[in-house]
Amino acid sequence: MSTRTIRGEKNLQDITTAHPDGIGGSPLRPDGTLKVKGEFAYSSDLWHEDMLWGMALRSPHARARILSVDISEALTLPGVYALLTHDDIPGTKFYGLEIQDQPALAIDQIRYHGEAVAIVAADHPETARRALAKVKVEYEVLTPITTEEQCLNPETHGYVHEPHEYKGHASGNIVHQQKVVSGLGVTDEVRALADVVVSGEYQVGMQDQAFLGPESGLAVPAEDGGIDLYIATQWLHVDRQQIAPVLGLPENKVRLTLAGVGGAFGGREDLSMQIHACLLAQRTGKPVKIVYSREESFFGHVHRHPATLHYEHGATRDGKLVFMTARIVLDGGAYASASPAVVGNASSLSVGPYEIPNVDVIAIALYSNNPSCGAMRGFGAVQAARLRTQLDRLAAELGMDPVELRQLNAVSQGSYLPTGQQIDAPAPVAELLQKVKDLPLPPALDVTHLDVRELPGALSNTSHGEGIVRGVGYAVGLKNVGFSEGFDDYSTARVRLEVIGGEPVAMVHTAMAEVGQGGVTVHGQIARTELGERVTIHPANTEVGSAGSTSASRQTYMTGGAVKLAAEAVRNELFALGRTRYGWTGNDLSLVGGKVVSASEGVLISIADLLGDHAIDLTREHHHRPTVPFDKETGQGFGHVQYTFCAHRAVVDVDVELGLVKVVELAAAQDVGKALNPLSVIGQIQGGSTQGLGLAVMEEIITRDGKVRNPSFTDYLIPTILDTPPQPVEIMELPDEHSPYGLRGVGEAPTLSSTPAIVSAIRAATGLALNRVPVRPEHITGTLTPTHFPGAAVQSSQQPPRGAPNSTTPCAIPPQARTAAGPPPHHPCGTHRTHRQHPLRSTVFAPRFSYRFRYDLSLDPGTPDQHTPHAALAGARAPWHPHQASRTVPCHPYLMGPQAGREPHPNPL
Amino acid sequence: MEFLRPATWDEALAAKAENPSALPISGGTDVMVELNFDRHRPAALLDLNRISELTEWESGVYEGQEGEVIRLGAAVPYARITRELARQLPGLALAGNTVGSPQIRNRGSVGGNLGGASPAGDAHPALLAAGRDVFVEAASVRGTRLIAIDDFYVGVKRNSLEPDELIRAVRIPVADGPQQFSKIGTRNAMVIAVCAFGFALHPRSGTVGTGIGSAAPTPRRAVAAEEFLADELAERNLWATAG
Repeated sequence: MSTRTIRGEKNLQDITTAHPDGIGGSPLRPDGTLKVKGEFAYSSDLWHEDMLWGMALRSPHARARILSVDISEALTLPGVYALLTHDDIPGTKFYGLEIQDQPALAIDQIRYHGEAVAIVAADHPETARRALAKVKVEYEVLTPITTEEQCLNPETHGYVHEPHEYKGHASGNIVHQQKVVSGLGVTDEVRALADVVVSGEYQVGMQDQAFLGPESGLAVPAEDGGIDLYIATQWLHVDRQQIAPVLGLPENKVRLTLAGVGGAFGGREDLSMQIHACLLAQRTGKPVKIVYSREESFFGHVHRHPATLHYEHGATRDGKLVFMTARIVLDGGAYASASPAVVGNASSLSVGPYEIPNVDVIAIALYSNNPSCGAMRGFGAVQAARLRTQLDRLAAELGMDPVELRQLNAVSQGSYLPTGQQIDAPAPVAELLQKVKDLPLPPALDVTHLDVRELPGALSNTSHGEGIVRGVGYAVGLKNVGFSEGFDDYSTARVRLEVIGGEPVAMVHTAMAEVGQGGVTVHGQIARTELGERVTIHPANTEVGSAGSTSASRQTYMTGGAVKLAAEAVRNELFALGRTRYGWTGNDLSLVGGKVVSASEGVLISIADLLGDHAIDLTREHHHRPTVPFDKETGQGFGHVQYTFCAHRAVVDVDVELGLVKVVELAAAQDVGKALNPLSVIGQIQGGSTQGLGLAVMEEIITRDGKVRNPSFTDYLIPTILDTPPQPVEIMELPDEHSPYGLRGVGEAPTLSSTPAIVSAIRAATGLALNRVPVRPEHITGTLTPTHFPGAAVQSSQQPPRGAPNSTTPCAIPPQARTAAGPPPHHPCGTHRTHRQHPLRSTVFAPRFSYRFRYDLSLDPGTPDQHTPHAALAGARAPWHPHQASRTVPCHPYLMGPQAGREPHPNPL
Repeated sequence: MEFLRPATWDEALAAKAENPSALPISGGTDVMVELNFDRHRPAALLDLNRISELTEWESGVYEGQEGEVIRLGAAVPYARITRELARQLPGLALAGNTVGSPQIRNRGSVGGNLGGASPAGDAHPALLAAGRDVFVEAASVRGTRLIAIDDFYVGVKRNSLEPDELIRAVRIPVADGPQQFSKIGTRNAMVIAVCAFGFALHPRSGTVGTGIGSAAPTPRRAVAAEEFLADELAERNLWATAG
């Protein structure tokens, strides 16, 4: 792995203030060294004397009726302290972020694979496991409702939530829907204004947050009948709001303290084991710890909504966009979770950072028996980012440079979005694109000085330069910051200034969940900037008011803003104290080096002397400017707090014979308003970009008939360091006057544009349509088709794909890329060897050994009948018939990647 | 679950004879995954980590094998194979480089791959390609027998060891020609082979070695291809001239 180049370093110096540990500096994170050395205490490390271990029994079915649950035998096992079903819940039985439609334990029916039916507390995890194995659950298994067609025809296929139980915002199997219509809408007259129209259907697979610290926490019963819960979460107060009613307790008897969080990315916005641990602690009177295994974690949290998107764009011959229609269908799975907000974002941001005068959009989220989906980094906007493909195709139709087309239509400050909301802060979209475009390209592949780690396949040694084609792609994204549509997601901060050991110390106390984003460090920087050197951070808990969620790129904006307000209030109180005591009259006071300084009179007094034994302890709430809900029919409304923009340029090398991809470089440019901590900002951008890379080329939860097929890091692949390229970052700082310090939320925007930039680069390298992410090897080689059998690959893959673009896409391989290693053998120029689109949920399995063998040997696949080496190989494979094998050897690892049909894998490692 | 920790090889063989169902564990990179996923609950684990000779290799001349031979202890980790034996066993060293992550390569060993006999094991194609005179030393209290690599793999995750046998070492002839290994996975590192291929030219015997992994119930050779290529090379007189 070559060293990462951070071109942001130049900017780093530019924006570093004189105070190295104040805002604009990059002080060392207090948790960083501990985490790298493995010494950080995560929630899974919690321990309490006499504690019990909790565990959940989960449904093996995606949809079923529970006919009976017999716990009698399990209860006889020594060491079992409690075994609970929904009958044992003392309070309300349902919870949910916005819509309380999810039972804490299944009530008579199962709506998704892995739904919890019963929970046990025992003296040891192994005892708990054995007890659960003795619980007898009788299911009547029902056909799961998993496809869009099934969901939208509930009278035929059934209801995920029967009409009398339905709690969503629409009806049937739709949780929520939102339309956005602007300009003239999209009528025949409007269509007539466009010279060129492109339309296409795109799909996004179900991504997982894949945080490394599994769900875990410790519930401790308190003497007052309440519960103290130590928990890894994203929002302490909303956890409490959902937990307390289920326990039948008032909120003040449920006290939460944040434990060490090992990543979140939205996956901890919903509850997982919180209620279960509390119920067991309440019942047994003993502390109860629950830690999910990696496999259980895949069932224990919501995922990114998979989506099908149909886009249509019309433009004039000179490239101005005239209209856009979009139909975005998001699969929300069994329970509502954050689906309404995801729909709100997907619809309102569907247009991307472009000015389009006439727009007609509908986004819906479905209830289904697939895994529940909810919050994940960039939600709604990430799915809608598939429209970038449309723009590449439109550019090809118009014969324009894709970057120029984007720049020509880019929004800027003052532009109106289709919601009618005017962008009233800097929106340097065209400039960001230009910045990544102007960065020097990485050097071309040099086959004379080869390090296989730099090639697709890396140490797997699949190519030494043969069949490798380079491609370059661009994308830019539009994301909102903070909670939208009228939600007042305020943050609270308490700051206490007192003298300890002769020195003034500021303590910052918030309920902000530090999930790894660096918020604790930033709070210290803000307090230091406003009050002086010494700052301590109080553990996050519910003793102070809500800090809102660590999501939506909002924490530095919102809780950082609250810390700023509280620190300013403390400073003003300090000055007031001095004015009262010493009769200062000037309004030119400031704090410098632990002293109160007047611009006109110099040093007045030290803070320590002024405060003495007195402590100033103030709490402030920070509210962003109000927004309004979108009109249900037109989507009009001032719905979002702030917009944020990031652009990417991806450079990829594709092994066009094997379908393997190596992202060579992923450059980003982002406007962050003000980088409070430049190093963290770069880290956020590189991390978000990498998560987008995962969605582009590998990350997908595969389900079949609602069942998760790859709940492990063996089968759900996330990028390793060899998949992660150098990522130069260009930072712009154009302040937003509405936000504290002019800052802009950072964490999500990079996740939007990195995926489409990479797909665009693969498209440039291969000329393939690539209408689905993640792009898997078989999409590039065209070898996986429903009818495929060995020897038939070429014929079948030449058929036009279903749902293929209406217009023919010209060859998109840039001439310079073609010269890299000769033209790819399956290039679509002339032959249009495009892959078939697969249904969203049911990737079709088709073995293809002989075809693979040919590739493995890099032999000519075109003459199978002659006496060539691969014909000889055909003899070798004869006794091994793939169709037989697929029946008799169900666990055999012949599948490409995490796919449908894959049984738990024999791990060879 | 019993946990047996023999201090010597003889103790290990005795323990295995007494507890034929005991599952040997060394690096644990395979066994522990199975245990953690609760797929497998052996009655006993036989920990071989105290037996230092398993982590050693030596070179020598052995009956039935032509030329210099590496006797590779069953528990020599892949990281050391890649580091120390890249010249003698280039195919296996390349294969070792693709096993898991650096941490896994510090623990995982050829003995583990052979014991597990997964068709996706990365070492198998390289061992098959290295020649028909690669032998697995299967030891028991009854003595040691040599199992030719071609006879070793008998089914999905099944090998030809007897219940009381342990793998002591593998005897692999030092390469007498070029060897290559490559595998296809869906990620650029830390990935299970979708298909793997080992390849070796043996100019001394005028033969070609191949090994295919992850494409059949067992690792296997492409016999017809080996013969075809060997004949082609002979016909064109390329064995003698080395191309």
